[in-house]
Amino acid sequence: MRRMILAAAAALTLVAGPALAAGEAEHPRQQKWSFDGPFGTFDRGALQRGFLVYKEVCSSCHAMQQKAYRHLANIGFSEEEIRAIAAGYKVMDGPNDEGEMFERTARASDRFKRPFANEKAARAANNGAYPVDLSLIVKARHDGANYLYSLLTGYKAPPPGKTVGEGMHYNPYFPGGQIAMGAPLNADAVTFADNTPATVEQMAKDVTSFLAWAAEPEMESRKRMGVQVMLFLIVLSGMLYAVKRKVWADVH
Amino acid sequence: MAHGTPPTQLTNPLMRWVEHRMPVFAFMDQHLNKYPTPRNLNYFWNFGSLAGIILVIMIVTGIFLAMNYTAHTDYAFNSVERIMREVNYGWLIRYIHMNGASMFFIVVYIHIFRGLYYGSYKSPRELLWILGVVIFVLMMATAFMGYVLPWGQMSFWGATVITNLFSAIPVIGPEIVVWMWGGFSVDNPTLNRFFALHFLLPFVIVGVVILHLVALHTHGSNNPLGIDKKGPQDAIPFHPYYTVKDMFGFAVFFVFFAAFVFFAPNYLGHPDNYIPANPLVTPAHIVPEWYFLPFYAILRAVPDKLGGVALMFGAIAVLAVAPWLDTSKVRSAAFRPVYKILFWVFAVCCVVLGWVGAMPAEGIYLTIARIASAYYFIHFLVILPILGKVERTLPLPTSISAAVLKQGSGMVAGAPAEKP
Ligand code: HEC
Ligand code: HEM
Repeated sequence: MRRMILAAAAALTLVAGPALAAGEAEHPRQQKWSFDGPFGTFDRGALQRGFLVYKEVCSSCHAMQQKAYRHLANIGFSEEEIRAIAAGYKVMDGPNDEGEMFERTARASDRFKRPFANEKAARAANNGAYPVDLSLIVKARHDGANYLYSLLTGYKAPPPGKTVGEGMHYNPYFPGGQIAMGAPLNADAVTFADNTPATVEQMAKDVTSFLAWAAEPEMESRKRMGVQVMLFLIVLSGMLYAVKRKVWADVH
Repeated sequence: MAHGTPPTQLTNPLMRWVEHRMPVFAFMDQHLNKYPTPRNLNYFWNFGSLAGIILVIMIVTGIFLAMNYTAHTDYAFNSVERIMREVNYGWLIRYIHMNGASMFFIVVYIHIFRGLYYGSYKSPRELLWILGVVIFVLMMATAFMGYVLPWGQMSFWGATVITNLFSAIPVIGPEIVVWMWGGFSVDNPTLNRFFALHFLLPFVIVGVVILHLVALHTHGSNNPLGIDKKGPQDAIPFHPYYTVKDMFGFAVFFVFFAAFVFFAPNYLGHPDNYIPANPLVTPAHIVPEWYFLPFYAILRAVPDKLGGVALMFGAIAVLAVAPWLDTSKVRSAAFRPVYKILFWVFAVCCVVLGWVGAMPAEGIYLTIARIASAYYFIHFLVILPILGKVERTLPLPTSISAAVLKQGSGMVAGAPAEKP
């Protein structure tokens, strides 16, 4: 039995490898997140503030194609609030019975309106750089949440000797050290409904939480189910072990 | 096989009717119930049935995934995200399938190393072992093609790197690659055929598993002592002893499995696969799934492409001929003091290969990969043949029951000896 566990542990050390292949960038600063750990949950206040930051700041460049307005119900917005948020956007629909495309007000069932029609348009507006879709960004980077927070708060003057290219910005957390996105967050860029002061750190933290939820909307139910499944399996293992001992008692 | 004789006096007329025409109940009685099994199997003998249950889990979850998956380069990535977000419990099905592949390899690797340690591949179980190697190869092909399906960055670039290996074959290599791709790069035709094959191969695996079991039941299980059963006192019926032990093993393993599925579902994967495939952007490091890393390390250890490919496939092929490379008459490492040590050296060598496989192929990593690759082959091609001839093995016990009973009396304190 002990050897079985050892063997499993040995197998696991095999996988510790890929985590190191990050390229030359500073290691993300580790933050405490409410969604860390097996009992972690999302903080609804942070998610709603984070949505505001995305909506007011990031959404002018970054799409979130996996998200629809109706998904916001999951982070505590009411149906009316969601309808009102969607109503703030016009989306292309059609063709209608005359074969024409037409614009209409967005509905709760629409995906988040994307800022650019396609990748080419996005690049044209951003000096050739592509603002990636943010729906999965937290899952698509190593140590995603800490990386994102560090990136958003990590802009500073380049150290002496380091030159930054035309239209690029120094950021030690981005692989290679220079990124085409200028520091997106400035203090008081948004006004939070709950009066939380909109510092750069606060906004970065909240938008990261929001994007963590966007990437793994199932996380809370997954962990909750996980705890129940684990408890069940551990009790089951114990019971089966007792049965096994009883059955085997006459063999030794 | 019992010739239609009911195992117990069957009373149910329908069962009697069936039994008379096709003796399924006698068959089941013989292979699941009475089947004589060595009385001394340890927990390493749980891993075969564990692999079986995982195969079933993979097929069941895979079929539900396939109901919602779209095999087209424009839709594949989004269809997987739709499974994760919109399909009821889609995230659970997908995470079980995704982590199930890793669990499958963990279990099968332990199963293989068990065979190496206790000499289970030796006569009369060579064919059983070879069928196992065939299953292993089929699993690798299935997992490789499955990993391509979500059409993320690692899917695409992994597929590109691995299919390109075949271009190393002299003369016809480039033609073969175009034929496999169904075009001039990894693209929609490639994705479609990979999906078709990924759906098919698990059922081929089921077929080979059945053959594996037929071979197993011909001579029965080997055991930790590596000696044959001498009589009925060495065996116990499969049911209830090993059915209950296997059940207990399943439950414990599912705890381990569930920990990944529910609390670290992406720990064993690569974040780049959540970036949609982009043929114009190459990831900084293209790394395969962890279970391929030892073989990937061998591939990259060789400076010549054809040589690397040959050695990588050779690393699997050499497993298949292990029964003839190992010249020792004694099966179990328990009675082979030198082999016992060298077995662990070999195991460490495989772990080291897995580790360097994840590192960039340069500098010190490359040197380590070369040494470990060389040792991998030395173990099979030099150590096994010579050691079997020169090693002084320990005296074997006269029978399984003799050894177990002696051990049993010495172990009273720890053993579940008394009936409750
Ligand atoms: C003015 C347009 C613009 C705004 C506003 C903007 N970004 Fe970006 N963002 C970009 C561009 C352009 C890139 C691509 C940078 C590159 O590839 O060098 C980018 C890249 C990124 C990346 C990818 C980094 C990586 O690892 O590849 C993240 C994450 C990101 N932005 C997050 C955000 C967040 C969060 C916000 C809102 C707080 C935001 N961005 C606001 C233009 C913008
Ligand atoms: C009949 C059985 C199977 C079916 C129908 C099936 C079906 C699928 C489908 C539709 C996908 C794509 C969706 C997804 O990625 O989540 C997939 C992915 C995958 N499958 Fe299977 N599968 C089967 C068996 C297996 C087996 C036996 C293995 C491995 C030993 C395997 C390994 C994988 C892997 C590694 C992935 C990629 C997971 C990911 O990263 O998303 N599959 N499978």
